[in-house]
Amino acid sequence: MLNAADLDTLFLTFRVASLATLLLLLLGTPLAWKLARSRSRWKGVINSVVALPLVLPPTVLGFYLLVLMGPAGLVGKFTQWLGIGTLPFSFGGLVVASVLYSLPFVVQPLQNAFVAMGDAPLEAAATLGAGPLDRFFSVALPLAKPGFLTAGVLGFTHTVGEFGVVLMVGGNIPDKTRVVSVQIYNHVEALEYGQAHWLAGGLLIFSFLVLLLLYSSQQTQTLTQSLK
Amino acid sequence: MIMSPVPSIQARLRLAYDQFALDVDLNLPASGVTVLFGHSGSGKTTLLRCIAGLERPTQGFLKIGATLWQDSEHDFFLPTHRRNLAYVFQEANLFPHLSVRGNLDYAVRRLRTKDRLFSLEQAIELLAIGPLLARLPARLSGGERQRVAIARALAASPDVLLMDEPLAALDEQRKQDILPYLTGLHQNLQIPILYVTHSLQEVNQLADHLLVLAAGKVVACGPLAETLTRLDGPMALDRQAASVWQGKLVSHEAEYHLSHAEFAGGSLSLPYLDMPVGSPVRIRIYARDVSITLQPPEASSILNILPASVLALSAMGQGQTVVQLAVGEEVLLAHITQKSAMLLNVRPGMAVYVQIKGTSIVR
Repeated sequence: MLNAADLDTLFLTFRVASLATLLLLLLGTPLAWKLARSRSRWKGVINSVVALPLVLPPTVLGFYLLVLMGPAGLVGKFTQWLGIGTLPFSFGGLVVASVLYSLPFVVQPLQNAFVAMGDAPLEAAATLGAGPLDRFFSVALPLAKPGFLTAGVLGFTHTVGEFGVVLMVGGNIPDKTRVVSVQIYNHVEALEYGQAHWLAGGLLIFSFLVLLLLYSSQQTQTLTQSLK
Repeated sequence: MIMSPVPSIQARLRLAYDQFALDVDLNLPASGVTVLFGHSGSGKTTLLRCIAGLERPTQGFLKIGATLWQDSEHDFFLPTHRRNLAYVFQEANLFPHLSVRGNLDYAVRRLRTKDRLFSLEQAIELLAIGPLLARLPARLSGGERQRVAIARALAASPDVLLMDEPLAALDEQRKQDILPYLTGLHQNLQIPILYVTHSLQEVNQLADHLLVLAAGKVVACGPLAETLTRLDGPMALDRQAASVWQGKLVSHEAEYHLSHAEFAGGSLSLPYLDMPVGSPVRIRIYARDVSITLQPPEASSILNILPASVLALSAMGQGQTVVQLAVGEEVLLAHITQKSAMLLNVRPGMAVYVQIKGTSIVR
């Protein structure tokens, strides 16, 4: 069975993933919107930067974050100047790292949704008197709803599953930065395979159920679209 | 090119792409339907999009009535949502996440004027979409969707209504379903309508004024009847060239399945029309259906023979000549062979008779 420490890691993981997903949707939406509408030659560069976590080893990302956010790093100096100390090995550092790590999983589905709707509905809205912000909220957001569902689910589950980055910037501090994936690793290191099974199996079922939910909802989406 | 003494739409627009440049200087009339006609790639849709502000011309001056929409010299460009216009797109372009009612409300909630053109109820009634209000656009037929799009445009109470080939995506049957609504619109609407099409039939049916575009430039512009029959314009030389006459139904001759109508050019027998006497009619006479004789034929199977005088003629190649004739106060085009023109010695000022083999009612 799960012990108290396991439950703590589950709770912490849930908090990190929820906060990171919320931040990702808040930051990712305008970013995805800009990338979808822009014809700038910088678009390729920004797209590549956003997609980097897809191909980069998590330890590499974690290493640079550790250096940047550490006491000698640029970000670290800034956070110290703000009086909040340094981010590595803290809950905040974990959230920041998660946001960067999961960024492509949120931005790309949103960007695809915004591109797929095309200019036509937005032009129609403009000719009916809707300004840019109005168009975004009254037309673009509702039309991109399936994209938001995918982005939210992928962002959340991907954050739950991160390991390498967490280990680099978060360490393994109980109650502060010890998340489920790290806890599983601890159990295995300690040869507590039974405990590891509970957590690993739980994550496996959780991930499967979430994807099932996502795909079945998108099935109905394509089903209604095929009726058109 | 001045078309009316008080021009309501002044547009001087210049826009260049890689392979295409639009360059127009227009004064369009304050009311009625102005059809923007041209082949694909002629720039008619681009022109409409520039007027809507959906494209931004590099150089432009655009004034609708007293309201300035663009003046690039003073770096002024009113964005689309601040221009009191409505735009009917080729693909109805309804909001898929809103019901028909929701689509209409979208326009009403964002009215840019206090002078309502129509109440929402009137727009619904005019386009007969009452039974569709609760449906989502996905559950409408193509024709129904386009009717909703037109109602939505009217509900916005625009100063000018822009229509970009609203029938092009529909099959022939659906087109015929919608056309009566469009001609009805024409009678009920005080605002100017700019209507883009590449269909000559829609030109004949809907236009009061005609603007012909080719390769981004205006090649003819003016009242419909005049523009269709100008020999220096592109329309008279086309194989489908036709004259459009506007007149009034005066009597029926049911036993012969005929109706008679009075035009400024004279009275004509038409195929029977199921309309009350006094109704306005608009007919199209193809130039190829008109022949010329020097004497009034004593016996002819052709019913419609009118005295005319030759205004001008022009060779149109391949052995054909186009003759422009004055018939009463109307102008009529005839396509005859070059040989006939030579044998009859057709020349300007000559008195002749025209035989009209066929007419079709366009409205």
